[in-house]
Amino acid sequence: MTVFYFVAFLSIFFALMTIFTKNPVHSVLYLVITFFTFTVHYILLNAQFLAVVNFIVYMGAIMVLFLFVLMLLNLNKDTEPMKSNMVKFMGVIAGCCLLVTFFGVYRVFEISNPLTVVNPEIGLVKNLGKVLFNEFLLPFELSSLLLLTAMIGAILLAKKEPKQI
Amino acid sequence: MEWSFVIEKLILVSVIFVITLVIAMYSTLAERKIAGFMQDRYGPDRAGIFGILQPLCDGGKFFFKEEIIPAGAHKVLFIVGPTIAIITACISSAVIPWGQELQIGDRVVSLQVADVNVGILYMFGVIALGVYGIMLGGWASNNKFSLMGAIRAASQSISYEIAMGLSIIALLMVTQSLSLKEIVAQQSGFVNWNIWAQPLGFIIFMVCAFAECNRVPFDLPECETELVGGYHTEYSSMKLGLYMFSEYINMFVSSALMASLYFGGYNFPFMNDLGLSANWITIIGVIVFFLKIFGFIFFFMWVRWTLPRFRYDQLMNLGWKMLIPLAIANIVLTGVFTLIKDTYFSS
Repeated sequence: MTVFYFVAFLSIFFALMTIFTKNPVHSVLYLVITFFTFTVHYILLNAQFLAVVNFIVYMGAIMVLFLFVLMLLNLNKDTEPMKSNMVKFMGVIAGCCLLVTFFGVYRVFEISNPLTVVNPEIGLVKNLGKVLFNEFLLPFELSSLLLLTAMIGAILLAKKEPKQI
Repeated sequence: MEWSFVIEKLILVSVIFVITLVIAMYSTLAERKIAGFMQDRYGPDRAGIFGILQPLCDGGKFFFKEEIIPAGAHKVLFIVGPTIAIITACISSAVIPWGQELQIGDRVVSLQVADVNVGILYMFGVIALGVYGIMLGGWASNNKFSLMGAIRAASQSISYEIAMGLSIIALLMVTQSLSLKEIVAQQSGFVNWNIWAQPLGFIIFMVCAFAECNRVPFDLPECETELVGGYHTEYSSMKLGLYMFSEYINMFVSSALMASLYFGGYNFPFMNDLGLSANWITIIGVIVFFLKIFGFIFFFMWVRWTLPRFRYDQLMNLGWKMLIPLAIANIVLTGVFTLIKDTYFSS
């Protein structure tokens, strides 16, 4: 339990650092560390497969692409676009919504009655695969279709031909 | 957790660490010697007999060179870059089974540091992490050539990771396990080696391994004709040494991975018919495993001194338009074969 609290503290700390650092590259690196602490959380929950996949996909691929894009930007202070008041206003509203949600969750959630995992072995590859392909086959296929759609959309956007004059 | 277990693992880790570093050191010598052989000249032969002390001299030189951090560089990330590169290179060998069990007195010592049951995926994760070292180093140098090198490294490694993962999926369909220990144990003898079941998968995997290690013909990130020195243009002294070292360690680890995934790891032909005791088979197995690794390292160098470098668009075309479709076809083929085998030939 102490390990959990320590890692949870680290996750929140690095998540806050992600928001509060001025330099975008630092921000991405803190986000990488935050994802790493998530991996540790998954291992603590005995969900090895999820842990490793989180490690590979988020830390190894998505954040590399984030960093990739940021490196190409000109990160001087002068060229940084000023945020308009509209954006700030929207940010405040979104933050308030999040606060209300947290409060609601806190009221509904019974801390004295914690959730227990029915089958602690569920996170191992074999069991996870069986559950995904038997019990949750339809949602699994639907989500893969969704990903395929997103991929095709991205390709279409990238391949958009310039208008003929 | 008992103390003897911890001590046993500590010894194993230290031995593997030392072996890794020594092999990486002598790979630099071997590379130059092989280059010399292929170009009909001697290669380094001044330091010690056959130049055997050359790596020590190089190491000493690296340590005593002046260390320069450019004024415009990002100081912290400039140091973090090579650090990540060398750390990820060193921790990736943790899940490789170097041999079977060794029996010393009453203790049975497994020659594998960690038998993680998602071993292959762990390797993938660490390899994927390795690119941060190059990217951060290249970006932090604040130099256009370094940045170009870093960007090339990132896009190359992301592209080839996909084909590599797909080729591994076909292998997993044959082995039915993600644990490296189990995969190697299944390939006992000679006819059970995975290379016979997955020849196409092996070729794809090997090409991707070359690309992931940034070796010729895929060394575009440090291509000196276009980018001065690529991502390590601004590095000097031991920080450059660490980048070099991590490259050679990666080469060693990927050779070990290829040997254990496709070429039976510590298994050798007729290992069960020789009538030797289990300990001897283990020891011979370890030697055989290292011979296979050296074979692959030699192959890496052979290719380096034979083939010219790709152009960058050719590299991307090869990755996305050749290797990925091939790997997917390989998965489908493997699936069809497995189905036919299970339906008609299962006893």
